[in-house]
Amino acid sequence: MVRVDGGGNGSSLVRVRGLDKKYQRGSEEIHVLQGLNLDVDAGDFVAFMGPSGSGKTTLLNLLGGLDLPTAGTITVAGDEITHLSGSKLTHWRARHVGFVFQMYNLIPVLTAFQNVELPLLLTKLSKAERRQHVELALEVVGLKDRTHHYPRQLSGGQEQRVGIARAIVADPTFLLCDEPTGDLDRRSADEIMDLIDRLVREHNKTVLLVTHDPVAAERAHVVLHLNKGVLVEGQRVEEKAGVRS
Amino acid sequence: MKYSALILSNLFRKKIRTLLTIGSFAVALFLFGLLAVVRGAFNQGVEVAGTDRLVVINKVSIIQPLPVSYDERLLRIHGIKEVTHANWFGGVYQDERNFFAQMAVDDDTFRSVYPEYVIPDDQWQAYMSDREGAVVGADLAKRFHWKLGDRIPIKGTIFQGTWDFNIRGIYHGKKVEDDTTQFWFHYKYLEERESQYWKGLVGWYTVKVDNPDDSVRVAKEIDETFSNSPWETKTDTEKAFATSFAKQAGNIQLLILSIGAVVFFTLLLVTGNTMAIAVRERVRDLAVLKAVGFSDVFVLVLVLAESVLIAAIGGALGLGFAKLLTLNGDPTHGMLPFFYLSPQTVVAGFAVTVAVGVVAGLLPALSAMNLNVVDALRRV
Repeated sequence: MVRVDGGGNGSSLVRVRGLDKKYQRGSEEIHVLQGLNLDVDAGDFVAFMGPSGSGKTTLLNLLGGLDLPTAGTITVAGDEITHLSGSKLTHWRARHVGFVFQMYNLIPVLTAFQNVELPLLLTKLSKAERRQHVELALEVVGLKDRTHHYPRQLSGGQEQRVGIARAIVADPTFLLCDEPTGDLDRRSADEIMDLIDRLVREHNKTVLLVTHDPVAAERAHVVLHLNKGVLVEGQRVEEKAGVRS
Repeated sequence: MKYSALILSNLFRKKIRTLLTIGSFAVALFLFGLLAVVRGAFNQGVEVAGTDRLVVINKVSIIQPLPVSYDERLLRIHGIKEVTHANWFGGVYQDERNFFAQMAVDDDTFRSVYPEYVIPDDQWQAYMSDREGAVVGADLAKRFHWKLGDRIPIKGTIFQGTWDFNIRGIYHGKKVEDDTTQFWFHYKYLEERESQYWKGLVGWYTVKVDNPDDSVRVAKEIDETFSNSPWETKTDTEKAFATSFAKQAGNIQLLILSIGAVVFFTLLLVTGNTMAIAVRERVRDLAVLKAVGFSDVFVLVLVLAESVLIAAIGGALGLGFAKLLTLNGDPTHGMLPFFYLSPQTVVAGFAVTVAVGVVAGLLPALSAMNLNVVDALRRV
């Protein structure tokens, strides 16, 4: 159940309260997020939409522990991350967050296998166990036959699949996807959204997605609009289903 | 090591740049190796000088002789254990370019004062029983393909005429640094043949002291003993003597250290710049690593490891080539008999290389460590 009114019951996987983020640009103070509340349960698929500069990526960065809020708290799976030190936050990210970026952000000198293996290097898994996990992740994204290909040898869609495999390989608590289809053509974008959809349905992943693409947002259980630093709830999946029927 | 793929793949991200940087290190360390060899060759006497030996020369100059009668007077000085003497012969074998040290030595004492030179007893006996006998160093014998029994003509420059010697012994050094390029023959032979001018005169004395800590006192006492005599002396430790001898060729040490310092400083700038560019080029990759959960310290170590690896590969290549070049020994036909790259020099060179790698990589590594993930990911 996704809520933005701050009325969650405390069992939410992600719980955000009074989140504020301000930036200083020269003498101007930019208030990007203003007292934002959010509750997301495990297995939810949430899409954030909004105009450019509305704070979508900032919100995602805060939820992923890449940035710190000016005020407010973020609690994920019982851990309040807003007061963690830099090194603890890094450690927390490794265990709980899988990032999928718009530009894929694969390391060009590593093969698909090595890119996917990166998060596992931080674990105590043996080489054989790491191999097993990587092969499974690549199989899930349909790229088992591209294991030894370098990013330059893959299409955009395939690169993003590798990016998704890297995000899921360590079985994180949730996936944060920042415009994952923003750099892809329609067909590849649909394939990527099919994959994300499948991760939610078949593997019970929790996904928070930032997108400009209404077609991509359509796949989410709920679409939240971010406008002037405030979250507004859009259509829920049940409503969408009702409209379709 | 599970991070090796990450380090190695980054290393060869820009192959030509990496190879050129490795090449810079290789050339610099090759040069360092050769400079160290030349420095070692000039300082060989200093390095192998016995700490318990003093050299007594004529106060006027080393080319002025001293009376052989000082032998007994020296032995009477408290703290002196043994005394030997030698004369510089300065002859020419076949060609003036074939330089090597020839010395007329005191047979009875020379061996025990210089125990680092090893010669089989039977060869020594053969030498002792031949008036024209000579003992040569193993490297010298190898250089001219001499063997026991060969008859060697040497044309005198200080002492007139051609002198024929029979090789009766070949000595080796106990340590690899020991000078095995000398040619010894009997002082008595020299004295007999040059009796008109050189009877009773020696070139210098070498005295062995009981206690090296007592060297300063003994040296002072020697010079005081012979002061106000027609043959005043100047006594120094063998090390000081060898140092002053080496300095006659100029301050080679300073010259070599200066060149080395400039080379390493330049290398530092080149590598530092290379690493800075390498980090700038992959800000996004480093940000991704941090986003995925790699710590700031890991990123610092990653960049440093690349820098050190480049330095280490280049350094190993350079030192390896320098070692190969010196394996054949002195290329100057006798001017630098000790042409040898010691393991200590290799280790020192490698340590300096690694240090340069660390220092050069430090600033880029720190900037990588302090990289803000959000800002870096925003950059296109």
